[in-house]
Amino acid sequence: MGRYLIGRLGQSVVVLFLVSLIGFMILNLAPGGPLSQFALTPGMSQADIQRLAVQMGLDRPLIVQYIDWLGRLLRGDWGESFRDGRPVLAIIVEHLWATLLLMGTSMAISIVVGTLVGIAGAIRRYSIFDYLATVGAMVALSIPTFWFGLVAIYLFALKLAWLPAGNMITIGDGSVLDYLHHLVMPALVLALVNVAIWSRYMRSSTLDVLHQDFVRTARAKGLPRYRVLVHHIVRNALLPMITLGGLQLPTILGGALVAETVFTWPGMGRLFLDSIGYSDYPVVMGILMLSAIFVLLGNLLADLLVALADPRVRLA
Amino acid sequence: MNDNDNPIDKPFLAHPNRRQFLGMAAVGSAGLLLPWSLARQALAADVGAPAGRVTIGFSQEPTVFNPLMPHIEVDDGIHWNVFDPLFFADPQGDFVPALAMEVPTVANGGISQDGLKWHIKLREGVTWHDGTPFTAEDVAFTFRLTVDPDFRSSRHAGFDLVQNIEVISPTELRWEMSKSYAPFSSILATTFIVPKHLLSDDPNQAPFNNAPVGTGAFKWKERVAGDHILLEANSDYFAGPAGIEEVVFRYIPDLTVLYTQFKTSDIDVIAMQGIMPDHYQEAKGLSGKTVVVVPSSSVESIAFNMERPQFKDPIVRQALYLALDKGTILDALYYGLPTPTETYMPHESPYYNADLPQHRYDIDAAKKLLDDAGWKPGGDGIREKDGVRLSFTNSTTSGNQVREQMQQFVQQSWQELGVDMQISNRPPAVMWGDYWMQSQFDSVVVGINFLTGSDPDVSNYFRSDSIPAQNGGGQNTFQYKNADVDRLLAEGASEQDPAKRQPIYHRIQATIREDLPMLPLFQYAYVRGYKTGLEGYEGNINTRITTWNVRQWHWA
Repeated sequence: MGRYLIGRLGQSVVVLFLVSLIGFMILNLAPGGPLSQFALTPGMSQADIQRLAVQMGLDRPLIVQYIDWLGRLLRGDWGESFRDGRPVLAIIVEHLWATLLLMGTSMAISIVVGTLVGIAGAIRRYSIFDYLATVGAMVALSIPTFWFGLVAIYLFALKLAWLPAGNMITIGDGSVLDYLHHLVMPALVLALVNVAIWSRYMRSSTLDVLHQDFVRTARAKGLPRYRVLVHHIVRNALLPMITLGGLQLPTILGGALVAETVFTWPGMGRLFLDSIGYSDYPVVMGILMLSAIFVLLGNLLADLLVALADPRVRLA
Repeated sequence: MNDNDNPIDKPFLAHPNRRQFLGMAAVGSAGLLLPWSLARQALAADVGAPAGRVTIGFSQEPTVFNPLMPHIEVDDGIHWNVFDPLFFADPQGDFVPALAMEVPTVANGGISQDGLKWHIKLREGVTWHDGTPFTAEDVAFTFRLTVDPDFRSSRHAGFDLVQNIEVISPTELRWEMSKSYAPFSSILATTFIVPKHLLSDDPNQAPFNNAPVGTGAFKWKERVAGDHILLEANSDYFAGPAGIEEVVFRYIPDLTVLYTQFKTSDIDVIAMQGIMPDHYQEAKGLSGKTVVVVPSSSVESIAFNMERPQFKDPIVRQALYLALDKGTILDALYYGLPTPTETYMPHESPYYNADLPQHRYDIDAAKKLLDDAGWKPGGDGIREKDGVRLSFTNSTTSGNQVREQMQQFVQQSWQELGVDMQISNRPPAVMWGDYWMQSQFDSVVVGINFLTGSDPDVSNYFRSDSIPAQNGGGQNTFQYKNADVDRLLAEGASEQDPAKRQPIYHRIQATIREDLPMLPLFQYAYVRGYKTGLEGYEGNINTRITTWNVRQWHWA
């Protein structure tokens, strides 16, 4: 187990290095750059822009800039945003918190509801409930989040005035209740699609397990239906879900761009898009590196959890 | 004089029209007829104690709060409320004193006859938001910081001519200019004064840059990155407190969502790009909302790279202009909102030349022009002369749907003329990077605010030594060269008398209209909206943003 972990960590360091090198080069070689946004600013001339490039060290050879950036990173300095000059890590943490609140809530809803719907659909296969769930999932998957969000805003904010049209808090309030009030609509809209995804996976995974020998054996032993369902069927059907969850972990860093845009939620998706748009290299690189770390951790965690849940898997 | 008990109504001279401006300038007494105490009307709301909150929706996020550092227009929206310049240009283009007691002119002795010596008196009793007194040292510091080689300053223009700054007393300073430079007034009118005591250490990294302290009508309260900025009224504002207690700037990147939140009253004021032209009709019918069309100083044009062989012949540029169906473009694509124009100068400017030849759409005349000049159609119908085919690319920011439709329309019109225009659009960071700056394009569709503030100087865009692709420092990416224009621009910049400057800038506009380095299309107008009951909202083409005067807003 220990050796296995050390091996995985070693691989991870190599992957991280490659990601940083390739990411940095591609980002910097793309045409444009952080100063191009000032091109049409009245009173700013090409001379000003060239002077700023020198002051910001952007005129140095790329490899020098990379080594400089990497050196700082290894000393724990993630750099400062080109846009507002604040530390990259602080900016990411702020937006990550907003995203975690939104995606965490929506993921919790979708995992619980999706799993239940999936199991129910599988054990009552071809029942009316199963048909409705299947059709519902297809519809939910086909509706674009952007459109669905706008319809929800129209209905619940404009017509009924039950819920705010967007934003994370009422400025000056910021109580837990205020957060929840703002969270309801985006979390549910975002959960809708995920419920559909989770319920489909869970349904087919449960169906796979349902007809396995050990389930029949358990039944034959005369175990109560409930015990068979929870301990034999669901436990095994959840195994692929752990891997799925592990793979979804890094998507949190990407944020839920569409939902964040419709509901003006200050999350990671918008931060990433804006940082790319303004060529805010330090922030983009920060998000890239954290994403890579999350992907590696997510996979490792999923493997460890599967080993824990499934006695047949042994890590070596 | 006490500016707290001045009940005089706004005199007509505080907002003269163009003719009045010229009359005043001619007698050289504009500064004398506008006593500084009357500026109170132009600065604060004058409605008693600040009350209520106004929420403003921005489609871009303000992130640069040190007004001297490189920033984009949305950042101006914050600067105008937290800081003050020495004086600023009102919607009519007249300077109104803010931190200065009086706008320096040659007539009032603030500027010497030769334009080289400047002298300014400041208001007394002004304090920074942290309680520290504001003094002439802060002004001198701001001037020096702007050209400090270690500081990431957004621009040097004008300030690089300043020398021998001398602080005479806490409310008085003078300096010299290495040459007479009239646009400096306009540069000062868009330069916010920053506090010396908070920026002396490392101005690039100072905590001030994310918690600005100004002298303005509003104090910085909080910022949640990616979400909002909150300002609160400064009860000690030198011109009397603002009419609004709290101002919230919300960042709402998507224009559809911005408009929806305006409809749901989650935001009171829709700023920046505002309401899309195709929503104008619907927006006018919204109950409880006031929708206005606000002019902007940006001019939309099809600009040429004059070094391309296709565009060297003036006949070609004239023919392309004749074959441009401006009326249809404006009506069909822009809902008739913008104003058609023949020049880069905003129509509201006192320097606008109204006597330029009017554009007409006449494709037959265009064909004849080209035929006569020897541009004959080749085998594929595309005209050519001496081995040069009239074939070129046209580029702009990709994703701007209205512009892309316009490009397709122009493409068809010019096709009929025997001209092949290929559309080649790029994402913003690519489009306005080296591709634009180093003149790597053939032609572009671009909206440019050619002026810095209210001054008519356009040396940055049209002088022959401002071409970046030819090692110039400016933004003459058209690579336009005309010795007459060079001479006139130099003359206009050194002349301090507005009445004498006017004919010079009229001639520059006439020459550029004749040379057509860019085909002028229209002057932008934006549809903006606010909740009915908000008073004091006013556009100002001499600023880049409609939140320049929030201090004058109040709820009815």
